Amino acid sequence: MWENIKDFASTFFVTGDPLIYGADVSIALTSIAIVFVLTYFKKWTWLWREWITTVDHKRIGIMYLIASLLMLFRGGVDALLMRTQLALPNMKFLQADHYNAVFTTHGTIMILFMAMPMMFALFNLVVPLQLGARDVAYPFLNSLSFWLFLMGAMLFNLSFVIGGSPDAGWLSYPPLSELSHSPGVGENFYIWGIQISGIGSLATGINFLVTILKMRAPGMKMMKMPLFSWSVLSSSIIIIFAFPILTVTLALLFLDRFLGAHFFTMDLGGNPMMYVNLIWMWGHPEVYIVVLPAFGIFSEVVATFSKKKIFGYNSMVFSMMLISIVSFFTWAHHFFTMGASANVNVFFAISTMVIGIPTGVKIFNWLFTMFRGRITITQPMLWTLGFIPCFAVGGATGVMLAVAPADYQYHNSYFLIAHFHQVLIGGVVFGYLAGIYYWWPKVFGFKLNDRLGKWAFWLWNIGFYVCFMPQYALGFMGMTRRLYTYGSDTGWDLGWAPLNLISTVGAFLMGLGFIFQVWQISYSIRKGERDLTGDPWGGRTLEWSIPSPAPMYNFAVEPQVTTDDAWWKVKEDRAKGIKPAPVKYEPIHMPKNSAIPFVMSVCWFIAGFGFVFDWMWMAIPGLIGVAICLLARSFSYDTDYYIPVDEIERTEAALRGRTV
Amino acid sequence: MKSKRSGWKLLTILVLSYAVIIAVSVALGWDKFIVLDPKGPVAEVQQKLIILTGLICMAVVIPVIVLMVYIVWRYRDTPDNDAPYQPNWHDSKLLETIWWGIPIVIIIVLGIFTARDTYKLAKPPVTDANPITIQVTSLDWKWLFQYPGQKIATVNYVQIPAGVPIRFQLTSDAPMNSFWIPQLGGQEYSMPGMAMQLWLQADKPGKYFGSGANFSGRDFAHMQFVVESKPQAEFNEWVKQVKASSPELTKEGYTQLAKPSTAKQEFFSSYPDDLYTEIVDKNGGIYMKHEMDSMNSGSYNGSTKP
Repeated sequence: MWENIKDFASTFFVTGDPLIYGADVSIALTSIAIVFVLTYFKKWTWLWREWITTVDHKRIGIMYLIASLLMLFRGGVDALLMRTQLALPNMKFLQADHYNAVFTTHGTIMILFMAMPMMFALFNLVVPLQLGARDVAYPFLNSLSFWLFLMGAMLFNLSFVIGGSPDAGWLSYPPLSELSHSPGVGENFYIWGIQISGIGSLATGINFLVTILKMRAPGMKMMKMPLFSWSVLSSSIIIIFAFPILTVTLALLFLDRFLGAHFFTMDLGGNPMMYVNLIWMWGHPEVYIVVLPAFGIFSEVVATFSKKKIFGYNSMVFSMMLISIVSFFTWAHHFFTMGASANVNVFFAISTMVIGIPTGVKIFNWLFTMFRGRITITQPMLWTLGFIPCFAVGGATGVMLAVAPADYQYHNSYFLIAHFHQVLIGGVVFGYLAGIYYWWPKVFGFKLNDRLGKWAFWLWNIGFYVCFMPQYALGFMGMTRRLYTYGSDTGWDLGWAPLNLISTVGAFLMGLGFIFQVWQISYSIRKGERDLTGDPWGGRTLEWSIPSPAPMYNFAVEPQVTTDDAWWKVKEDRAKGIKPAPVKYEPIHMPKNSAIPFVMSVCWFIAGFGFVFDWMWMAIPGLIGVAICLLARSFSYDTDYYIPVDEIERTEAALRGRTV
Repeated sequence: MKSKRSGWKLLTILVLSYAVIIAVSVALGWDKFIVLDPKGPVAEVQQKLIILTGLICMAVVIPVIVLMVYIVWRYRDTPDNDAPYQPNWHDSKLLETIWWGIPIVIIIVLGIFTARDTYKLAKPPVTDANPITIQVTSLDWKWLFQYPGQKIATVNYVQIPAGVPIRFQLTSDAPMNSFWIPQLGGQEYSMPGMAMQLWLQADKPGKYFGSGANFSGRDFAHMQFVVESKPQAEFNEWVKQVKASSPELTKEGYTQLAKPSTAKQEFFSSYPDDLYTEIVDKNGGIYMKHEMDSMNSGSYNGSTKP
């Protein structure tokens, strides 16, 4: 009996590495600390009522933001572990298996559990406010999306201490990811972590598509909508068409592993190429899913801090919609070297370059928004100005990679690694950070400290170039990705050491930048400049017309929109002495909180965990729990309520009274 | 104000010193950029294309960055700035036509070069010399090379005659990998159940770096191999020597070799007939005969016809 338990524990828990024991201890300590603090300060009911069961988009946005920052930390630690291992040739810091797990989780976490939730955080925090809406179209579904994402992410992260991490690369190409070559549970964690959070992502895409199409304030025609909302629309459209492909692909891979199907094995007529095609049919649009909202953020930030209307609004809209369509016709550029015919390669090379056209146009439009404006370099603007050169270079190397015959030399090399980090960090991360700094006062009611923020920016920006420029050169030196070691140990010494060392220094500079941001946030919570006006930057769009943080119903009275930059117009009218129409409050229709999204996601987690270990006694009850939650929701009729007028009056009086 | 200026000074110094470090290390290590130092016609076409497209891209990016710096400086929000301020100017058909036009023209130019070289590289590099075929199998975690014309086999070492086009046929008896010899030309995937084709050629004798480029599991980092190009006579001599002095590769020997492990260089005087075909077939090639035939427009069983 005792022997059985010991046997089970030694495979169930990951053992053998001091880093992992350290993680075990810190997870245990953190959990105990959280439980203690919540109990000591009697915060359990508060947590349940105000956060876990909330359907308020602003709260859900904040939870997304916190989760994504935690994931940025985890993925960032992975990155630093890798760069430490590669700092010197023949390093013995990480073993091959451990290194392979680390780059796999780094990629998966950064894209799916960091970039996606950070993007959804901004969707949630901003879009309803920009549209003049009181919530998203489906608040219940919104809460479900968040909890599914969080449970998926937790399931994936659990693999670090239980069962073992996936180690077949962030896209898990078969046959390496099949049972034949990855017999452990790591790949199962990969599949179920992504599947569960993927349902949430798809639902969010649908939610925001409908919100944008149906919930805009009266008078806000599509072509008067702020560009960030347009970017969310284009991104949501891609989500709706791309995420089902991911779900199906991973479901097929699961069937291969679980039931011995042969979709992606070569025996019995399956084909791994099919997986490679499918995963990139999702994977390439995915990068546009995350970068388009960043484009939207830059459009808002540039106009606000140049005190000027955005240049070429129609072009901006058209180019985003064009990108969302063309992004579905470029996937094969990820495997030009897999033996496709010359015709296929030429088609995908040119379709890929075509994406560069609308993207280039956007850069010129941002530049000419600043042209003849009045530019103040605030924190959001700083990140925007850091983005433009970085993304221009990253985009240019992207066009170079699209040149199919040349790609035979770049493919799988560090040139490629440098390119996609440049567009993903320089484009997506810089963009989201610009957005977070920009909307932070709206969400939390105070600004983030300027001085610490500037340190963070320069460390990130300089660290980026120090880290990734050498990697382009390493690509030309023949260094391929995913090598856990190099130098004499592998037989060839090709002089990769100095540039690798420089690159590692850069990675740590970025890590330092992140620490400055943590410092900045904790400092500003206490001492940050409070935003009493609701419009700290001189904004142009509706979210700046209400107090910061916004009351739970957002807008006491539905705004009437007549033009783009709706709030700017109101301010202009006020300056001209035009009096706003008298305010008349009406009861506001609001959704009720619900525990079902959380409970259902927990059931999914239980089912997912059961499937990971092939424990049907656990998976089936989990799925039954999901079904019960669905039924419970179908039969619950008491889902909404009205906020009475006197309560609105009291809230507004308190908020406006505070306003100077 | 003063601290602001010293901040900019510090930044300038940082940028300049970084540029110097990069310039020096590039100058010292120029010969280390093996992708840009081609030793065969395929790599040469690719190197020219890399440089050409790199220059075109730089010609676009550098002016954009300069323009940005100028605009940010010119239109900065200071009380004494006399630059024009037009807060409602947001539309210019002419300007927008220009910057829709510029990238379109560039993409057309790049597209033409891309198509030209894609079709060029699908064919053997030169046609006046008789090509030879080498069958390559990626294993966990080593490379097996079979010479169907010479009937010898090697591991982690491949010798080729200089000036002769080589038709590499690639497959895998393990997870997919990618076969890359940067100085001879770009890579191609090796996949189980398929026989892919890659034309390469070395112009002169020399020793070149080869590696697996696509991650294939634990000891993937050790899948580097040596490519040696020798004059035809010396190559023939080497073949004779391998035939005379090396052991045979038997079926059992191959089974051992295919087991997950790393390996040193090995040489075999012969190998079981149809070993390559068997490897392809048992991994699923049997289900793909039709596709393979149309892909390579030839059989994969060792024919040396181009």
